[in-house]
Amino acid sequence: MDENVRREIILDHYQNPKNKESITDERYLKANTNNESCIDNIDLYVLIENDVIQDIKFQGEACAISTSSTSIMITNLIGKTLVEAREYIAHFEAMVNELAYDEAILKEGIVYSTIYKQNNRKTCALLPYKGMLKLLKQYDTLKK
Amino acid sequence: MHREDFPMLDQDIVYFDNAATTLKPKCVIDKMVDYYSNYGASAHRGDYDISYKVDQEYENTRELVKDFIHARFLEEIVFTSGDTEALNMIVRGFFENLLEPGDEVLITKSEHASNVLPWFSLAKKNGIQVNYIPLDDHYYVTLDNVKKAITPKTKVISLAYITNVIGDIRPMKEIIHFAHEHNIFVLLDAAQSVGHIKTDVQDLDVDFLVFSAHKMCGPTGVGVLYGKKELLETVEPLLLGGGMNESFDNEQAVYLKDLPTRLEAGTPNVAGVIGFGSAILYLNQIGLDTIADYEKELRTYLIDKLLAIPHLDIINLESDSGIVSFNVNGIFSQDVAYYLNKYNICVRAGNHCAKILKKEVGVANSLRISLYFYNTYEEIDALVELLSDKDKILKEML
Ligand SMILES: Cc1ncc(COP(=O)(O)O)c(C=O)c1O
Repeated sequence: MDENVRREIILDHYQNPKNKESITDERYLKANTNNESCIDNIDLYVLIENDVIQDIKFQGEACAISTSSTSIMITNLIGKTLVEAREYIAHFEAMVNELAYDEAILKEGIVYSTIYKQNNRKTCALLPYKGMLKLLKQYDTLKK
Repeated sequence: MHREDFPMLDQDIVYFDNAATTLKPKCVIDKMVDYYSNYGASAHRGDYDISYKVDQEYENTRELVKDFIHARFLEEIVFTSGDTEALNMIVRGFFENLLEPGDEVLITKSEHASNVLPWFSLAKKNGIQVNYIPLDDHYYVTLDNVKKAITPKTKVISLAYITNVIGDIRPMKEIIHFAHEHNIFVLLDAAQSVGHIKTDVQDLDVDFLVFSAHKMCGPTGVGVLYGKKELLETVEPLLLGGGMNESFDNEQAVYLKDLPTRLEAGTPNVAGVIGFGSAILYLNQIGLDTIADYEKELRTYLIDKLLAIPHLDIINLESDSGIVSFNVNGIFSQDVAYYLNKYNICVRAGNHCAKILKKEVGVANSLRISLYFYNTYEEIDALVELLSDKDKILKEML
């Protein structure tokens, strides 16, 4: 991927993040996700119905990588079934950790394909995924 | 000034994070290496030559500290692992026994976590009340606001001499004088001040004062708890064990040593304390007034340059210390720190352990430049040039 294109996509999602609004709707599950070693702090809100992700919103203050990664993750996850969502997350994590992954599944998510070169920013890219996994677990527990 | 004394500066770095910790001059490092290489025995325990030398060096640092802060007695100087430990020792070993439910302690919203959380913990445990002295428009503490915040229940005022985000120097002498007229104790967190401005505990008449060696050219893991002798006498040790006891036979018969050893249980950080002595000698040689004057000049230079950059929001325009906190408009502070790091410039991003300050200032996170005497005008020029081009920041911060 061309470095300039990569940078533009990340900056665009950072400066104009999608789905960044707070939610008071009780049906949304909420989780906070933050990095211990830095100051990123993001709240995720998710609406799941019939095992399909209907909507996700987020709030908070975080760096360019965390914010853009959250915006991109949300864009890609809305409308997915839980099984598809977990698959997407697994591919994203594999990419960040330099394992085999499917570009087609990740779509714009591949802008972080070289993030492994900056060890201290890997956790930034993974931050929203940590929160998302927490939320999926929360949903599973509630369903039981 | 004196850059050649600092081995870290042989590297190509610009170090602007002195409020977190300062660099160490070679004399301090050498002193510690000398201890470990040539007389690395324990203190207070041995009956042989090198152990005697350890005792001498260790106690020599106590003398140096005493003179450095102008304490009256040697016993008033207790070595701790740092500022944080010293604060906890006073809150738990002194105030916990003294304060009653409903008693009030006054702090501010700009205190460091180490001067907040021990009080919160005591509030939870003993039902004391933690109240805040309001900050003025510059986020300063004024004597007037102290007067307004005091109630008949106020028993302690616990403040930083210089805060680590705003960098304001508090008018402590006046505050302490007023507090004592109302039978209120004052605990001073001098972590950010001791290496930068002169400290005179007798002139201040402060009850307790704490600081860390590592923020004043000394090693990590060493701090000082100063207390007026008659108060320190009643501080209950949090740590019990070797070194601090006189004798013991059973639960009923435990006799503790006198100050200051009573409050220094266990084998202390001998190398650190000895190295700390060297740091004090070093600072004395340069002179704290020289340091303070130079820092002020540097700060003025930095502020003037930063003010000329339209996309910066400076949080503490006016302050007398070498601390400047600011944000680049629309860019998260940590991203700017990453960008500067690419040019080997070390600045701190975040909330700087002052998490309750954000409501007052309205921003949760910021960049912080904290200067010391080895920083230069050229370093500031390099920083300013990098900050002045916002497009470059956006382009290179990822
Ligand atoms: C104002 C203030 N108080 C307390 C501390 C804690 O010092 P230490 O971490 O050395 O115990 C700091 C250090 O950051 C500080 O700036």
